[in-house]
Amino acid sequence: MSDSAHPAVHPAPTTFIRKWVFSTDHKIIGIQYYFLALVAVFTGLALSVLMRLRLAWPAESWPWLEKIFPVGFEGGVMSPEFYLAMLTMHGTIMVFFVLTTAPQGGFGNYFLPIQIGAHDMAFPVLNMLSFWVTFLSMGVMFAAFFVAGGAPISGWTAYAPLSALGEVAGPGLGSGQDLWIISIALFCVASLLGALNFITTVLNMRTKGMSLMKMPLTVWTWFTTAILALLSFPVLLAAGILLLLDRLGGTSFFIPAGLVVSDTVIENSGGSPILWQHLFWFFGHPEVYIAILPGMGVASQLLSTFARKPIFGYHAMVVAIFAIGMLGFFVWGHHMFVSGLSPFSALVFSILTLAIGVPSAIKTFNWLGTLWGGKIRFTTAMLFAIGFVSLFVSGGITGLFLGQTSVDVQLHDTYFPVAHFHMIMGVAAIFGIFGATYYWFPKMFGRMLHEGLGKLHFWLTFIGVNAIFIPMHLMGIMGQLRRYAESTEFKFMEPLQPYQEFVTFAAFVTAAAQLLFLVNFVWGMFKGKKATENPWEATTLEWITASPPPHDNFGGRELVVNHGAYEYGVPDAPRDYVMQTDPPIARTSHRDAG
Amino acid sequence: MALALAILIWAIVLASVVLFTGEFGWFPPQVSEHGDAMDAQFNLTLIVVAIGFILAQVALGYYVWRYRDRSGARAVYTHGNAKVEVATVLITAVTFVTLAIIGQRVWIDLHLEDMPEDAVQVEVTAQQFAWNFRYPGPDGKFGKTVTRLINDQLNPVGLDSRDPASNDDVVTLNRMAVPVNRDIRLTLRSKDVTHSFFVPALRFKQDTTPGLAVPGHFKALKTGEYEIACAELCGLQHYKMKGFLMVMSDQEFEAWLKERAEF
Repeated sequence: MSDSAHPAVHPAPTTFIRKWVFSTDHKIIGIQYYFLALVAVFTGLALSVLMRLRLAWPAESWPWLEKIFPVGFEGGVMSPEFYLAMLTMHGTIMVFFVLTTAPQGGFGNYFLPIQIGAHDMAFPVLNMLSFWVTFLSMGVMFAAFFVAGGAPISGWTAYAPLSALGEVAGPGLGSGQDLWIISIALFCVASLLGALNFITTVLNMRTKGMSLMKMPLTVWTWFTTAILALLSFPVLLAAGILLLLDRLGGTSFFIPAGLVVSDTVIENSGGSPILWQHLFWFFGHPEVYIAILPGMGVASQLLSTFARKPIFGYHAMVVAIFAIGMLGFFVWGHHMFVSGLSPFSALVFSILTLAIGVPSAIKTFNWLGTLWGGKIRFTTAMLFAIGFVSLFVSGGITGLFLGQTSVDVQLHDTYFPVAHFHMIMGVAAIFGIFGATYYWFPKMFGRMLHEGLGKLHFWLTFIGVNAIFIPMHLMGIMGQLRRYAESTEFKFMEPLQPYQEFVTFAAFVTAAAQLLFLVNFVWGMFKGKKATENPWEATTLEWITASPPPHDNFGGRELVVNHGAYEYGVPDAPRDYVMQTDPPIARTSHRDAG
Repeated sequence: MALALAILIWAIVLASVVLFTGEFGWFPPQVSEHGDAMDAQFNLTLIVVAIGFILAQVALGYYVWRYRDRSGARAVYTHGNAKVEVATVLITAVTFVTLAIIGQRVWIDLHLEDMPEDAVQVEVTAQQFAWNFRYPGPDGKFGKTVTRLINDQLNPVGLDSRDPASNDDVVTLNRMAVPVNRDIRLTLRSKDVTHSFFVPALRFKQDTTPGLAVPGHFKALKTGEYEIACAELCGLQHYKMKGFLMVMSDQEFEAWLKERAEF
């Protein structure tokens, strides 16, 4: 990294394989990650539709589904093991291959170097490697569907000893669980490589004048996310290796002495199931922020651009991003209040958890402040950004219940936390991805998406996700337990069946609405209106180059940054926006610091 | 567009308020000594959450409509206001941390208070997919158990008959009786994987973690039969892992225990 700001520009590749398959161009790799996430998200969505079908009509027979899934639908009725396999794979695919992959690997890869004025990532070959390891990881995960016994039934959290004991504990816990662990381990390696690359690129590759405090908030969130990934994925990697050793190597990291499963005495001794939970959640809680932080960056970028105003409180936003990221490492215990964890440590975890609400409130306040006094342009991207803020509020604020030791006792493992985390790290993060897609698609593919179709997609999706997840909170209050293949066995869950049906209808409509997005995406790639260099009249560096940008991003230009990332509505400027590379302008008005 | 979005956001707020205040269902009726305090803490939190939720969403809807692009001057040019940022930090920090501290009281009652000597002892041993309950019998002592003696049909918790203390132990399957208005001291165990002992009417939930003997306690204030559900994914029939808690008078409880001891 001797000449880090101006590394030698690689010549553009000429062969198809080097250009599109084993590419070292961060833009191509970003698109590869994005397409991987698209395949994953529609798979995960299909799994959730199947799950909703069983929850609403548990005894109903679907002969046509038996033809597609002869193993899971014997007699046309979904078996409970098939339901649990769907549940495990839905969670795993969505968390790892969508929420971790699209915002960071996809958009981060594509736009982080461009937004800081770099020609590529710091380590382009490493970048290529991290994508292909992710690809391999997804292949191994999908293979778990097809092995004997099927996909694992232990949930995305794979709690030991259920996940450690093998097939004696249930179907899918044989080779399916092995593949699951191997896939996750590979994913950890890929994420680590990616994180190193992101951090180095931000620290070393910024163009002249791009001081840290001139960076777009998207860059700040990708940077912080990379730090979280760097510190949390190694822990999951270690946990995964230990779990695999317990299963295949005869060790006992997570298996205590004296277990008897279906009258079979287990010979292991000395392990701790709680240890798995500590290691898993030490990764698992930062993972929530890995999923949502880039969405926060995108929302900030979009709200500022389309309200035609500087982001309100830029400095406070940067501090809040970092505070959320760092506090996120000290709250994992709130997933374990009822696990048998020391009740004293629960007290501490509880207070730290509620403290995370403070930077989250700052962010919300500043997003509202950004809209205040603005001139809002209602593009599809902006609608998704506003939707993000609304969902972030709805999904985040219920953390105040679950973060409290005493309130969590009743709600733990009900639909209430299911509703909470779907609202925040599920759909809010997805709204971030959608907003980013509608905003950056013209830059990535050189064509515009259809705004009318995009808006229809927004309205249906925004109404749909609220209709699914707000009633789900109430179901949790009424006592509906999660990971139940049906709720017909218990009297206290009987009144919940109409809610199950309502949520299923809402889920079907919402899922169908995503086909609009797919149609728009494919149509846009080939038939969309040609995009100009800067269709949104935005200020950051990706908008001063061609759509899509040339191989070296800026066509040999060395950029000099003179302005902050969000200079909209500047009184003395000729236009209502000042791009980051515009020449300095004389100011008559007072600039107050955020 | 602006007005439609504002109205939609407000409609979501209104629907949420109606859903959470109307007769659409709520917690199951509660019968434990600590349950009222727990529900009260939920309600207090609900008020704080409702205020934050309504303020933020109504403001969002209003701003979206009020600051839509109309021809004319540029947007207000400001980079923020440090004073209001600090005020936001202070208000939210004080509110949230206070809430967390108040909420600890019930937790401390549940986990950190000593039990009286005369508490009724019950050992819960979860397994795929059933609940075993053990009472120490007249000697007040749980007998020794041995893993190798466990047999699902004949000796579900592996009682060692060579230990005199184990001879009067009473073991029941899926039905747990307790006397009303008495302190019940639980020891929660699992034979195989992690389960979670959840009695919605008691506001009581505790994982049974293999390898641990997790203590717990409650006092039921009303006689009746209440469902016990498993709340932690434990395998195939997780959704069928059901037990019953029978809260009865002291006399009924003694009789029930005696009847089972004679087996």
